[in-house]
Amino acid sequence: MTQLRATHEIHKRRLSRNVGVGLTLLAMVGVVFGLTMVKVTRGDPMERFDHVARPALEAAAEESQ
Amino acid sequence: MADLSINPGREYEPTFGDYFQLLKPRVMSLVVFTALVGLVVAPVSLHPFEAFCAILFIALGAGASGALNMWYDADIDAVMRRTAKRPVPSGRVEPGEALAIGVGLSGISVVMLALATNLVAAALLAFTIFFYAVIYTMWLKRWTPQNIVIGGAAGAFPPMIGWAAATGDVTLASVLMFALTFMWTPPHFWALALFMRSDYDDAGVPMLTVTHGRPATRLHILIYTALLAPVPIALGLTEVGGPVTLTLAVALSAWFLKGAVEIYRRDEVMAEADNYKVEKAFFRFSLYYLFVMFGALLIDALIRSIA
Repeated sequence: MTQLRATHEIHKRRLSRNVGVGLTLLAMVGVVFGLTMVKVTRGDPMERFDHVARPALEAAAEESQ
Repeated sequence: MADLSINPGREYEPTFGDYFQLLKPRVMSLVVFTALVGLVVAPVSLHPFEAFCAILFIALGAGASGALNMWYDADIDAVMRRTAKRPVPSGRVEPGEALAIGVGLSGISVVMLALATNLVAAALLAFTIFFYAVIYTMWLKRWTPQNIVIGGAAGAFPPMIGWAAATGDVTLASVLMFALTFMWTPPHFWALALFMRSDYDDAGVPMLTVTHGRPATRLHILIYTALLAPVPIALGLTEVGGPVTLTLAVALSAWFLKGAVEIYRRDEVMAEADNYKVEKAFFRFSLYYLFVMFGALLIDALIRSIA
């Protein structure tokens, strides 16, 4: 069986492009994860939307009554 | 072995570096620095990681503007010596790719800045990208010799965006930081146009040197430099200024004005005789001017934090 190997200079250029895109995507993942950690650990306001009324709406409704 | 390329007719496939060149990295460095200053001098401090993300997405937004500009201006870039080697006119990157990267990065940078900081900063970034790509590149640049004056606003927004990222609003101090770069842009670029003479002429871009002549350009440099002078002084008197900013504002503005007066007093015979020595020195000084003025704001912020 013949070994797969880069046979053309174009493969080196594609490799640089693919590595660059891969690292960019990883950086994006890291940025989103980091931002999430910062905001969650700081206790930014979070509200539930899983079939439960939003606490903010409940509080507003109570105040208006 | 047959090469089953996606674009079989394409002779050159770009590298990651070619795509990165689309973003005008040298312009991005100025954007990063001025945005950082706007963010650091703001009275509200961000978490360091949020601050890093804010600067990152502001820089990416600026890069997106650059890509869109390179897409649209590929025809005139090919004619100008200064820009002929850019990725699109040199054929390394297809125009459609530049457009896709510009539009994609614009969306990503604005949305991510909104998520990382606030909507005010994101809206300012979106407007900046729109202003540079549409109002300046597609409309003003090829239409009026005042293109540099109005289009310079795009490069002046980053400190305002940095400030808004931290505080969520726009104040006199952030507007003055905008004004500093805005008023600096015309003398900076017109000095460049004086000694890069044939480049803009060949491309048919209505630069002041062509539409109104070179003596008028020298007068305009003097007028706009005089109009610029009070701006850093006013900035030094706001809450973000201080003794360092005020001192350097007075000294640098005086030196800048002296250079503008020298340029005004010369004519083309004198300029060509010494290969535009004074004009080139003025242009180089203009780069230091902006860097030092924003650096002074950082120093005053540091003094305030120590005190």
